[in-house]
Amino acid sequence: MEQNHTEHVDHFDPVASKIGMWLFIFTEILLFGGLFIVYSVYRYKHPVEFHLAHQELDVTIGLINTIILLVSSMTVAMSITALQTGNKKLTLIFIAVTILLALVFLVNKYFEWGAKIHHDIYPGSEFLMSLSKGDMLFFGLYFFMTGLHAIHIIVGVALLGVVFAKVKNGSVNQNRFSLLENGGLYWHLVDLIWIFLFPLFYLIH
Amino acid sequence: MTGNFTTHRMPSYLEQQGKYTGIRAWILSTDHKRIALLYLYSQLFFFFAGVVMGIFMKLELIAPGQQIMGPQTYNALFTVHGLTMIFLFIIPGLAASFGNFMIPIMIGAKDVAFPKLNLFSWYLFILGAIIILVGIFTGDGPPDTGWTFYAPYSLKTNTNVVLTVFGAFVLGFSSILTGLNFIVTIHRMRAPGMGFFRMPLFIWSLYGTAWIQLLATPVVGITFLMVVADRLLHIGFFDPAQGGDPILYQHLFWIYSHPAVYIMILPAMGAITEIITTFSHRTVFGYKAIAMSSLAIAFVGYLVWGHHMFTSGMSETARLVFSFLTFLVAIPSAIKVFNWTATMYKGSISLEPPFWWAMAFIFIFMIGGLTGLVLGSVSTDVHVTDTMFVVAHFHYIVFGGAGLAFFAALHYWYPKMFGKMYNKKVANRGLLLLFIGFNLLYFPMFILGMMGMPRRYYDYLPEFATPNLISTIGSWVLGTALVIVVVNLLRAKKGTPEEIDDPWGGRTLEWKIQSPPWIENFEEIPTVEHEPYELTEK
Ligand code: HEM
Repeated sequence: MEQNHTEHVDHFDPVASKIGMWLFIFTEILLFGGLFIVYSVYRYKHPVEFHLAHQELDVTIGLINTIILLVSSMTVAMSITALQTGNKKLTLIFIAVTILLALVFLVNKYFEWGAKIHHDIYPGSEFLMSLSKGDMLFFGLYFFMTGLHAIHIIVGVALLGVVFAKVKNGSVNQNRFSLLENGGLYWHLVDLIWIFLFPLFYLIH
Repeated sequence: MTGNFTTHRMPSYLEQQGKYTGIRAWILSTDHKRIALLYLYSQLFFFFAGVVMGIFMKLELIAPGQQIMGPQTYNALFTVHGLTMIFLFIIPGLAASFGNFMIPIMIGAKDVAFPKLNLFSWYLFILGAIIILVGIFTGDGPPDTGWTFYAPYSLKTNTNVVLTVFGAFVLGFSSILTGLNFIVTIHRMRAPGMGFFRMPLFIWSLYGTAWIQLLATPVVGITFLMVVADRLLHIGFFDPAQGGDPILYQHLFWIYSHPAVYIMILPAMGAITEIITTFSHRTVFGYKAIAMSSLAIAFVGYLVWGHHMFTSGMSETARLVFSFLTFLVAIPSAIKVFNWTATMYKGSISLEPPFWWAMAFIFIFMIGGLTGLVLGSVSTDVHVTDTMFVVAHFHYIVFGGAGLAFFAALHYWYPKMFGKMYNKKVANRGLLLLFIGFNLLYFPMFILGMMGMPRRYYDYLPEFATPNLISTIGSWVLGTALVIVVVNLLRAKKGTPEEIDDPWGGRTLEWKIQSPPWIENFEEIPTVEHEPYELTEK
């Protein structure tokens, strides 16, 4: 797409792309912020139902997934350090581990959701419709928010996949690593959102 | 670097040949100027589509009783008219077209910070528009909820709400990315010497706008997704039958959509500032006050959404607070109007078409602003809310404000963007006719609203007949005037460099380069040595 710009001096400004990424992260936080507002309002309106409904969730799976994401945040950070010191192979390993952890997270999520759906708890199901309004809202929010978060995980995996390929062919390297850095920032965001989702759904009494 | 453009000229961005030819040279170009024109053409297309719908609605309202369409068609028509005008014309507004064209040039850069992202934003814009269009023509008919998609009706109607709402979500994404791009561009790409307080005021207004785009749009984005989820998955976020709260929808919607009004109006005010300064041949009065008032509007504009909901059920305290904050936004807006007047005072004003457009803008915008105060105070609002008074008010603000400024900017920068000059006499006459038509069309609506005629009905009581007839005639005058204005622009003639490079004696950077600009804008990045509107000899 650069042909109209053949005369452009290659404009590369890592600071600009980092500012851009941070701004994008703000917007993502605001996106989930809207959902957190909705969650708080409904929790305030239906405290008892929310409390009872949350006991249906499996804290162990949630905790495992939290640990998985935290570790993956660490590995992605390590991949950046590895690239900065010029160790390409180690960088690739760390990115691959991050992606792998993300996939494990998704598999866990799959089983967790699967169990709920198996018990006829999903938005619009007849069983859920027969429960109280607080229950409907709790599980509605649960599926919507963790679902949206899972979509972000998938996007993050795709992003890290691209970065992996670019590190491999050398276009992201020791001197030009802002794509990896931004991918890492995005990954931390995904992690951060989960850090809020986990207590909201699994822990708060 | 003044003056030398007449002697040695580069091929303009319009003629530049790249690897691609024909249409692909446009839709694959990452040049900010070409992308700006892509936006300009698409926005004007949607604007005229919306105008045609508006004129049909007015035709229905020419007399009591059913004229040319039934209630369902009318409901669909005002919804689609509102959607088109708001999301496809005025929210991208001056920022996407003129902002894209002018930001890099006015701050002395070759392009925006992320050219590819810029093109991607336009693709998202078109994708969103297509999704909305598909939503209109498929399923069980076009949405009939009004452009606000209020729950729970938007969850219950059988019309095709899902696709339209999703389209609006995609458009929001496009708007966010444009805002992001502009913020980074303004921070990182200013030419040497171009400090923040040496930026032209149009850039300041776009900077404020970009922040609103970035910070407000995600909230409505997620709200729209929740509506989609409610309809498809029956989650019940906003459905009272399932415990959801429709009032919460209104809060979330207006948290975005009120700041969105400032997304529309701030760049408009910025462009008007440029025009008034140029044609008054004086430095602008109160540069910092204008710059800061842009930011103040952006900030306070966040906190006033509740005034759309005075009658929706809110505590007395909340209503008073929102009302007070609403009056507060009037202050920065008034600062701008006073500064424009002070800039003109003792200036040597040249009465060119863009200046007349700016005058029409100020006049109409003032009526819109003053009637806004009627709606901003709780006690009067409860009487005129949901009447034609509101319809008149927001057309005065959005069309008379942002819409007129769009055309003012088009007349101001036309020679720069296209290297052509239009017939000034015809431009002035077209504007005069438009001004008359506009007031004929919308002023009677204030009276109708006071008399109690509700909005969003295809029919009305016989006592409302006369003002409605006048209003309908106004819509024809306005339509004719718009055709004259646009045909006149299309028939503009190629000018000599003296006629088009700097026809108005402008002092900001865009007037120091050739028209139409070269693909790289500047042969050499300029160094800025003085304030943006300083009078220098040429
Ligand atoms: C020739 C130009 C125009 C005409 C004749 C026109 C006419 C109308 C009419 C008759 C209505 C419906 C009133 C009702 O029954 O509630 C309406 C609604 C509306 N118009 Fe316009 N209009 C024009 C231009 C514009 C422009 C330029 C904008 C915005 C930039 C705009 C934005 C809206 C909006 C947002 C609504 C409300 C839709 C709703 O109720 O959901 N209009 N217009």
